[in-house]
Formats: sequence, C-alpha cells, structure tokens
Amino acid sequence: MLDQSLIGHKFASHSAVVEAGRLRLFAKSTGETRPEYIDEAAARAAGHPSLPAPPTFSACLYLDHSDIFGWLGTLGVDVGQILHGAQSFRYLAQVYAGDCLTFTSRIEDVMSKRGGALIFLVRETDVDNQAGVRVAEVRSTIVVRGSK
Amino acid sequence: MSAKLTYDSINVGDTLPLLELPPLSRTTLALYAGASGDHNPMHIDSDFARAAGMPDVFAHGMLSMAWLGRLLTNWAPQRDLREFSVRFSAITHVGERIVCKGRVADKLERDGEPLLRIVMTTSNEKGEVKLTGEAFIAVPRQ
Repeated sequence: MLDQSLIGHKFASHSAVVEAGRLRLFAKSTGETRPEYIDEAAARAAGHPSLPAPPTFSACLYLDHSDIFGWLGTLGVDVGQILHGAQSFRYLAQVYAGDCLTFTSRIEDVMSKRGGALIFLVRETDVDNQAGVRVAEVRSTIVVRGSK
Repeated sequence: MSAKLTYDSINVGDTLPLLELPPLSRTTLALYAGASGDHNPMHIDSDFARAAGMPDVFAHGMLSMAWLGRLLTNWAPQRDLREFSVRFSAITHVGERIVCKGRVADKLERDGEPLLRIVMTTSNEKGEVKLTGEAFIAVPRQ
C-alpha cells in the first residue's frame, strides 16, 4: 500500500565514483561545450582540481545503483505509472571527477491527491563524498498514477 | 562567463542570457539515457512509447533540468549555486525547439550571505512552458 506508513522507510546506502568519461558523455548529451566541463587541463586552469560535476549529475549516479523502481514494484507499482513531479538540490560542496559519493535516502513524505488517484512520494537523499563531507541534499518527488 | 556578478550591480528583473537548444533529436535522448543511467524505454524506444499510448518518445525530465543547469552556470560560477529546484509541468517532445529563460526574482540575505533568487522556465517555440525552476546563487556584495 502506498500510504503514510512508508514515511521513514530507509533505503540501503550505496557508493559510486564520479568518472571523467561519464562527465564528458553527460556534457555531450546536454550540449555542454565549455572546456572546463570536458577537458581536464582547462578545468585545472579554471581553478578546479579536476572536471567539475554539473549541478544535476549526482542524481545520475544515484539512479545507477538505486533500487527505487524495484521497491515500488514490490508495492504493486508499474514503471508506466510513475511520473517525475519535482526535483531539488541543496549544494554544500562541489563534486569533481574522482570523488566517491555515498547516497543515503529515505521516504520523507507520502501524500494522496485527487481522492487517491495520484500519490506523491517524496524521497530525500544525503550525498557525502569520500572525505565524509556532505556535498548535497537531494529531494525527488515521484508521482504514482492510478495506484490501487 | 559575463562580467562579474555582484549583489549591488544586479537588479530584480534582470534577465539571464537565453539558452536556445536545437530541435530535440532521438540521438540526444539516446545519449542522455546512456550518460544519465535512466534507461526507461519511454525515452528511447518509439515502439515502447507508442504501445504505452504516447505519440513517440519524449525527453527525460532531468535532461530539461540539466539544460536549466547550463543556463545557470553559463551566467554564474557553479560553486556559487546554493539551491536548484524544478517542477515538471509538461512533456518535452521530439522535434521541439526549447528555449531556457531566467530572471532575477529577488535579492535577499540568508545567514549573512547575499543571494539572488532566480526563476526559470523551459518552453517550446509556441511558448508552452515545460518546466519551471528556481535557484539561489551566492554573490559578493560588491
């Protein structure tokens, strides 16, 4: 059941390395051509230790290892019912190529709208780097349509 | 990047330079699927999308958010970005020509740090809004 009993559910945390090649592919796919985002020497010349990860990139690494869809599946939700409603990032430190990020997430809120036709799930994820520094807090709102 | 941004030199209502994208292609969606790790077939497999009742594949919401991220970091250094949020309001279809717009909505101070609040949209060539966004950017006072 998608209801308020899910609030506080904790997902297993996982870690992933920010790879320079992945950042270059991300830049290509989003149309980013500025040298500091694709060329290590240009990034260092701009004062960065290595390629900076763009503002939304951490959400990609999260997705790689997250079992959010599998978890929703165990609750009877099909991937075709899911919409992405909203997304937000609070930034505490810059992420660079070579960093290893650890993601720890939980269900923060569950809301029913339109008499239960739409269920809003709010997931909060803390992102920490290899030094244990909190780099971002990420909030994702998933909308489930037509759940029973 | 443009001239140095400061709290005193920026006015509420100032606009960010537009970010205009080429018509959305299936190639871009395939590349973004690979880069982002979002392999949902709704975005890359036209047969799957049609079987699910959609006219065709359509953009990942987070691709549009990444474009707004470019709008912001074209204008201000990324290290000064404090918060960035979006609401997904409409689907971005293949072939649409998206424009990203932003303007300074507020100047404020939080914990002694001067901030600009930026509001943003992505919209198609008909002016239909697809995403609305908000960001807080730290700026030196002078």
